[in-house]
Amino acid sequence: MSIVQSYRMRLQRKHAKARAFRKHFSLRPVVDRTGHIKPGQILLFSTLRDEHIRLPYFLNYYRDMGVDHFLIVDNDSTDGSGDYLADQPDVSLWHTRASYKRARYGVDWLNWLQASYGHGHWTLVVDPDELFVYPFCDTRPIRALTDWLDGSNVRSFGAMLLDMYPKGRLDAVPYRRGQDPIEIASWFDPGNYMISKNRKYGNLWIQGGPRARVFFPESPKKAPALNKIPLVKWNRRNTYISSTHMLLPRGLNLVYDEWGGETASGVLLHAKFLDTFTHKAKEEMQRKQHYRASLEYKAYVENLRETPDLWCKWSEKYINWRQLEILGLMSKGNWA
Amino acid sequence: MSVGIVMLVHTALGRAEQVARHWSAAGCPLVIHADVSVPRQTYNAFVKALSDLPNVQFSKRHRCEWGTWGLVAASQAASQLMLDSFPDVRHVYLASGSCLPLRPVEELIDYLENRPHTDFIESATTADVPWTIGGLDSERFTLRFPFSWRKHRYLFDKYVSIQRALGMKRRIPGGIVPHMGSQWWCLTRQTLSAILSDPERATFDRYFSKVWIPDESYFQTLARQYSRQIESRSLTLSKFDYQGKPHIFYDDHLQLLRRSDCFVARKIWPHANRLYDAFLTDAAHAMKKTEPNPGKIDRIFAKAVERRTRGRPGLYMQSRFPVETRENGLTSAQYSVFQGFSALFENFESWLARATGTRVHGHLFAPERAEFCDGQTVMNGALSDSAALRDYNPRAFLASLIWNTRGERQCFQFGPRDNQAVNWDIAKDPNAQISVISGAWAVPLFKSNQNFSDIRREAARLQQIESKHLEILRSSWTKARVRIWTMAEFIEAPMEPLQTIIDEIGPQQNMRGLAEVPKMADLTGFGQFLQNLKNQGMHPYLMGNFPVARDPMEPPGNKRKPYLVR
Repeated sequence: MSIVQSYRMRLQRKHAKARAFRKHFSLRPVVDRTGHIKPGQILLFSTLRDEHIRLPYFLNYYRDMGVDHFLIVDNDSTDGSGDYLADQPDVSLWHTRASYKRARYGVDWLNWLQASYGHGHWTLVVDPDELFVYPFCDTRPIRALTDWLDGSNVRSFGAMLLDMYPKGRLDAVPYRRGQDPIEIASWFDPGNYMISKNRKYGNLWIQGGPRARVFFPESPKKAPALNKIPLVKWNRRNTYISSTHMLLPRGLNLVYDEWGGETASGVLLHAKFLDTFTHKAKEEMQRKQHYRASLEYKAYVENLRETPDLWCKWSEKYINWRQLEILGLMSKGNWA
Repeated sequence: MSVGIVMLVHTALGRAEQVARHWSAAGCPLVIHADVSVPRQTYNAFVKALSDLPNVQFSKRHRCEWGTWGLVAASQAASQLMLDSFPDVRHVYLASGSCLPLRPVEELIDYLENRPHTDFIESATTADVPWTIGGLDSERFTLRFPFSWRKHRYLFDKYVSIQRALGMKRRIPGGIVPHMGSQWWCLTRQTLSAILSDPERATFDRYFSKVWIPDESYFQTLARQYSRQIESRSLTLSKFDYQGKPHIFYDDHLQLLRRSDCFVARKIWPHANRLYDAFLTDAAHAMKKTEPNPGKIDRIFAKAVERRTRGRPGLYMQSRFPVETRENGLTSAQYSVFQGFSALFENFESWLARATGTRVHGHLFAPERAEFCDGQTVMNGALSDSAALRDYNPRAFLASLIWNTRGERQCFQFGPRDNQAVNWDIAKDPNAQISVISGAWAVPLFKSNQNFSDIRREAARLQQIESKHLEILRSSWTKARVRIWTMAEFIEAPMEPLQTIIDEIGPQQNMRGLAEVPKMADLTGFGQFLQNLKNQGMHPYLMGNFPVARDPMEPPGNKRKPYLVR
């Protein structure tokens, strides 16, 4: 890597930081409980819009895991998400009416919040429909993981997005508030993922799963990226540059081993495909606030009209993290 | 007579206090050494918290950075204080603040009482053990290491290579033979005091202070000088990962630790409440009496190291994406590729499935779609038959298919019509068994109902593709088991090669030889067909020599009889 290249990376990182600064003016604090944050606590950052129905389970899931504080940007929800979050004792809430798209799909907002409150903490960046699973998550709290990563001098932890879906029509079983979404969307594609390396940033680019299989079988390049690095020991120099897919400095993207071994990794169970999805997809198609003018949603809506079932004969039903580890979707690495 | 505990602490002082109380309650005197990096306030609070215990002393604080002399200096000072202040102590046990006694302390006391002259210290010569990480074994004792490995890695490495280049070597002080081992020992008063009051101690200290990781060699070496009886093992259970860092024990290791039977385990996660609750209890609630045997849990930690360094062969995933040549197996299991067989035999696929009991696919890399067996559109792992998806990353497609069907051998057809992008990958894969009947692609053309000019063009194209493929298969990089026959060669005696291939796939199923043969396509007129191509200026050469006059199926009209091969 030449000096010119690394200088270019630096510029890009600075640029992202400048964007975050510019965009933060649109954030209005609703409830700021960040004064309660103690050194070494584990923080969760999220952006959301109209996710009220998912929030009770989401918050409890991560509380049980050992997350100490939630820092959430509410992008102009109209379903009462804001009020619900403001009442939670461990949530700090910001509100904005600004464009999700022009904040690079929320990245700018969260980069700002992470830089302001996340420095020196382990930070987890997830959407309300993403449930983080890591090795031994049924017996060890997330602090065990972060302590181990600290001890191993590792600053970032990868967790691939695993799309979960129900058997049958997406809208067959309605999701109830507080329910574990995996009870409904309990199926996933166990082994059809395609990986290539992004030479510029050093991260892996993973595609595949039900979305590639059903929505993009003829144009796989457009299939959404599944690689994510949601858990990072945050330093104020860090920035996410494209969702949580990749970061700068580039060293943070090296969450995999290239010499034949396996490093530890987790999975984000992506419970997007519930009955709420059909409605959401239509709305998002009109708002065009998502990546590539919501092209993804367009494909979903068209396909789901004809075949509303993502399930196939070889779909696998989710049991626990050990199952994912045996299937080779995640790894314990040398954590035993 | 009792056991004295020298405890080195640096973090999680709350847990250290808990453990100290446990030792103390059993009547073991303690000397505690706290790292200089512990803030004064925290340290004072810690000392105060333990002030109610009668038999606890605190030794002079040193800076204990990993791999440096500080740890030895701290152990020396604390041991000296122990020997001086508690004359009753016969054995001194070196432990850390994150150690946890697994068995009742009384058992340890009894155990040592019965072995009054035994020193428990793991101690082996460098030549004999492959423990070391990073290639520094005997050089630990012959080079100088003034720079911190943790903080100044660059200087550390540079200085090592300079010394190597210049051939610099330190002289090892007279009379000692360097030994290494776990830094957690239990020595008798006799041995320990002999080490500490050695007239040459200043020389040894000066020497070892520049040795790399002296806490793993100082006492281990010097104990050999004085001990009457060394038992070369540690009473402390401690597992190390591939970088030499200790593995950490959590609540879910409880049953494992119960089975370990060691006296003390290291290192425990400070928040592992269940472990602390379970083991820091009185004798009544503790476990049975057995000889220490840390071997039982070796396996699980050895596996972790293996997973981190070698990984699962043939798996490509988010945290394992090996560069070329480091895959440790391109695929996870053996598979067979057949080229030309399904063109030459009419029912080859179903026959092969019956004869071998394996999963037999059609042309997985066909331009239209991946022809999975039984016409399925989705395969194990939810692998789609879409040609676009497959061709987007054909290598991932193949690796996924083989990984997803672990435990069941896969066979598939291949040919020059198919996507050729994976040719190199398959050829370099030792798991692949490739059998080629070259030129057999001409049979479907021969049978087809196309215009001859189209046939000619297609034949030229396929021949070119196949000959490129054969070049790859014959290259020196090829690691697959490759067998190539020309078509003419093959139909002379088809059963012999078939038998060989099938024996290789699954010898157990075919002890009796092939009970059934596949039906070969009717090749009457094939020689003439090839001659016609030649007459049009397209010379088909891959199929070998087919005479025009005589058809290979002589006499004409007389169908071949199935026969058995023994």
